[in-house]
Amino acid sequence: MKSKGQEVILDDLDRQILRFLQANAKQTYTEIGSKLKVAHSTVYDRIQKMEENGIIKKYEVIVDREKVGIPLITAQMNITTDPKETENIAKKLTNFSQVLEVSTSFSEELVILAEVVAKDQAELHSFIAKSIAPLPGVLRIRTAIVTKKYKEERFSLPFRENGLRKKE
Amino acid sequence: MVVSSSRTLRSVLREEAFYFFTSIGNYTGQSAASLDEFLQKIKDIDIKSLEFHLFREDFEKWISQTLGDNQLAQEIKILRTQKVVGNALRDRLYFIVSRRLKELKSTFAPKERAQLSVL
Repeated sequence: MKSKGQEVILDDLDRQILRFLQANAKQTYTEIGSKLKVAHSTVYDRIQKMEENGIIKKYEVIVDREKVGIPLITAQMNITTDPKETENIAKKLTNFSQVLEVSTSFSEELVILAEVVAKDQAELHSFIAKSIAPLPGVLRIRTAIVTKKYKEERFSLPFRENGLRKKE
Repeated sequence: MVVSSSRTLRSVLREEAFYFFTSIGNYTGQSAASLDEFLQKIKDIDIKSLEFHLFREDFEKWISQTLGDNQLAQEIKILRTQKVVGNALRDRLYFIVSRRLKELKSTFAPKERAQLSVL
């Protein structure tokens, strides 16, 4: 791993380690090392550096909500805003535990895209009506309730810089 | 009567205003922070929004719980039980709310009126 100003350049080994961690973050340094044919101490050093540099932001657990008996509905909100207030609204949205993702987008109008979860439709509506609609600068909200997800994956790092990873 | 009139005729905080939706999570961008404003919105709001809120009992709840007017809430409840829809709903809702507004304003003591205008 090299630094170029603010940018950190990863070498092939860093990228391979990241790919293994993204597939399963519980793997030990020894397991990753043996797969990549390098010492576990090398894997440890590389991971430490990537954590220190903020390349690895965190390790998280993805819980299957249905299996633990928490049936939640997911909805995609498209919030049209007064451009002067967009950033404020986006920041406020990040404070709600019901809101999982927040991003801004510009097509015909400046909008905020947000993914929100709720116990049921009544709770979803109540949350939007009482917490989102009253925010200053909210002009309109369009909400689509997700009925079925066909794919849900996190970003996976390409194997080489500027190259697309081939499907294994 | 004066006390309930002042409560019903006041402007409420942004968080307590009525927000018009057309379906679950679909906000029209229109809101009303007083009964006066509510009446004005009834005239032009998408009819789907009126039907959506009537059958969810949202109008009744807001008018009785936030504005404290159980009488008006009861009159709106009748529209719901009669399953009034479309332009008939808009017309009857407008009639009921405007009549109640006139009634409340006429019983409003001058002193209270002055206090409300200060608020």
